[in-house]
Amino acid sequence: MSGTLELDIKSICEKYGNDRTRLMDVARAVQEQFGCVSGEAMELIARALHTHRVEVESLVTFYSFLSEGYKGRVVVRLCNDIIDELVGAADVERAFREELGVEVGQTTGDGRITLEHAACIGMCDQAPAALVNGVVLTDLTGDRARDIARKLKAGVAPEQLITKLGDGNNAHERVRAGVKNNLHQTGPVIFADLVPGEAIKKALALSPAEVIRDVKTARLRGRGGAGFPTGMKWEFTRAAGGDTRYVICNADEGEPGTFKDRVILTERPDLLFEGMTIAGYAVGAALGLIYLRAEYAYLLDFLNHTLEQRRRLGLLGRSVCGKEGFDFDIRIQMGAGAYVCGEETALISSCEGLRGDPKNRPPFPAQKGYMGAPTVVNNVETLCCVARILEKGPGWFAQLGSSGSAGTKLLSISGDCRRPGVYELPFGLPLRELLKLAGAEDAAAVQVGGASGQMVGPAEYGRTICYDDLATGGSIMVFGPQRDLLHVVEKFLEFFVEESCGYCTPCRAGNVLLLERIRRLRAGQGEPADLDYLLDLGETIKVASRCGLGQTSPNPVLSTLKNFRSVYDTAVKEAPDGCQPSFNIHAALAVAETIAGRKSVHFEA
Amino acid sequence: MSQTITFMIDGVEVQGTPGQTILEAAERARIYIPRLCHHKDLAPFGSCRVCTVLVNGRPQAACTQPIAPGMVVQNNTEKVQRYRTNLIEMLFVEGNHFCMFCEKSGNCELQALAYRFGIAAPKYPYLWQQRDVDASHPDIFIDRNRCILCARCVRASRDLDGKNVFQFVGRGPHKRIAVNAEARLADTNADVTDRAVDVCPVGAILKKRVGYAVPIGQREYDHQPIGSDIEAGQAAASK
Repeated sequence: MSGTLELDIKSICEKYGNDRTRLMDVARAVQEQFGCVSGEAMELIARALHTHRVEVESLVTFYSFLSEGYKGRVVVRLCNDIIDELVGAADVERAFREELGVEVGQTTGDGRITLEHAACIGMCDQAPAALVNGVVLTDLTGDRARDIARKLKAGVAPEQLITKLGDGNNAHERVRAGVKNNLHQTGPVIFADLVPGEAIKKALALSPAEVIRDVKTARLRGRGGAGFPTGMKWEFTRAAGGDTRYVICNADEGEPGTFKDRVILTERPDLLFEGMTIAGYAVGAALGLIYLRAEYAYLLDFLNHTLEQRRRLGLLGRSVCGKEGFDFDIRIQMGAGAYVCGEETALISSCEGLRGDPKNRPPFPAQKGYMGAPTVVNNVETLCCVARILEKGPGWFAQLGSSGSAGTKLLSISGDCRRPGVYELPFGLPLRELLKLAGAEDAAAVQVGGASGQMVGPAEYGRTICYDDLATGGSIMVFGPQRDLLHVVEKFLEFFVEESCGYCTPCRAGNVLLLERIRRLRAGQGEPADLDYLLDLGETIKVASRCGLGQTSPNPVLSTLKNFRSVYDTAVKEAPDGCQPSFNIHAALAVAETIAGRKSVHFEA
Repeated sequence: MSQTITFMIDGVEVQGTPGQTILEAAERARIYIPRLCHHKDLAPFGSCRVCTVLVNGRPQAACTQPIAPGMVVQNNTEKVQRYRTNLIEMLFVEGNHFCMFCEKSGNCELQALAYRFGIAAPKYPYLWQQRDVDASHPDIFIDRNRCILCARCVRASRDLDGKNVFQFVGRGPHKRIAVNAEARLADTNADVTDRAVDVCPVGAILKKRVGYAVPIGQREYDHQPIGSDIEAGQAAASK
């Protein structure tokens, strides 16, 4: 066994050129082959890549798709975000637990099947969903889950579990997924037709500076959520010193409730690659990386196939479209399950084969990014906009949308609505109109911008989706009047606690404390002073955290405190006996009562 | 570099040189900015966030943020000190700290900061996390109950000792310091003379057989609050 391990790891490392910076790929390959990256494997990898064992351990223990302990050949990952929960994830989980005879986090006795939870896997529009190895299963029910679990036990391959292929390219021979696009509204920017090469040719007729000028004239801002002007980012990168520059596409769509990039990657990969190539030309890069989240691995073969086609057409590789001196190619870097890697500097760390820790800024990626070279990091949707701007002209793009927010925005709508899915809409649309389109007229609360966004109520439905009002990377989660908002907040905080990288104090410890207090409120042990406590704690985490994760993680608490104050006022009350509600005398006495073998005579239940 | 950069900290004009961080320039001007993960011999890390200041109203870590002409820095203001108090209290409840019988007591930067900030007991509930102790090494022991994840040992071992004995594993609240071996410090090439052993600000990495050697009254922070040396202009001696 050990001999095989040594040989196999040696050959895996060789495949990646014994390159320390490809540790993500090496670890993923070892995990896939052996079901874990064991201590022995860490030693062997460290030796081959000329690094230290603890460095390998550091990476392996960071990503949820990698593990030091053995996992079964089949890993079932049940999406446990709030949206899945609303539509029956608990039934699905019970079915798997009962049929497999294991708890979540365990492996069956024969060592074949591991059952786990996963953070949002980007399928909220067809929840409950699960991943079985790389295979996505959607619209699950308890009965279907039971059937799936039995088949897996009987040795049926995960690929065989797909009963019906999805629409569009989901049925492509390189995808063959049961995923549905649920694309309910197409618009002129992302989902219009495209002739591959059209936008690139127009870009190559201009100088790089002119391309950047056009992107600026179009007033394009980043679609990931932060809204930084794209042209400016490119200008900084181009102006930075050195000969080597990189373009990175952030396809680590991990914000709970977001799944619009999934549909772009499925239906418009050429538009994205076109945009990346234009970015490469504009900033002077020869290599582009797509950081693809592990949950979307089912699209990898298809995307690589599309890249290969583009190479054949001369749209990638040496002298793109015959343009002497412009060489550009694209490589897909797989992630391994870490929300924080959607943060651009954490994403760069991950691409470099490190833990997904964000980096200190300054320097910014535009000055010093991937491998220390100036790097542009753009969202999938942003790069698609770029291609369309070059194809149709900056003026055409700039007149779409609202005054401060040009163009269209893809929105992923899920939760309590009749038509969950993806909508391409011009910026500036009132939230109320959006809810009408999605069939959510009776929404009691809407979380705009994912777990890190804002919870708004009916009084705010007149507000508009744009950078200057309700900004969002695309996630819109709808909650009906029957939902317990404190529970929603609790779920979001559980997510942030799990996904914090742990680098800085406020995010690592502060989110745990926020969660503790929300749970206390939900247990009926809240007191009025807890509300100021939450405000003060939340503010500290926002202000002091090192990256966007901690700077936004208290938002669910703070925005519900602001917009749904009555929910909190009901949850906290002054105790009539003057005792602190957080102190439960009966719980405190329980152990002593067990030892004494009788109940307290002073504190009757 | 003869160029001078002038900026303001709490209404006081401060001068520094290009490339300096806010923390370094402040120190030269005898202004103490509280910190824990920062160490003068190590590359800035920016993890504890205790040195958070407001630069033109925006929060920044003073240990990593370079100075710029005309910037207006809030350091010793009510608001900033409140954030810092909260961060220090978080570090206390996150670990398992028992100052009264800790060998590091009196020489501990976390304890000294708590005194400087007047923290008697944290307002946050203790998290009572289960953490490991490693006493395998003949001369050094690791008590993770007291670790504040500042990475001083990681940086010192890598950059000063050239050894890479320490690194972080796990993420979020499960993040912990690990050693370059299967489990035990004894199985690494760590040595008691390593800088990595010296730089721990708390009692997480300690030398064996020297505990409590300095009597109460003669320990580092027995008479003056932490940061006093900087305020007195003896910056070179500061951590």
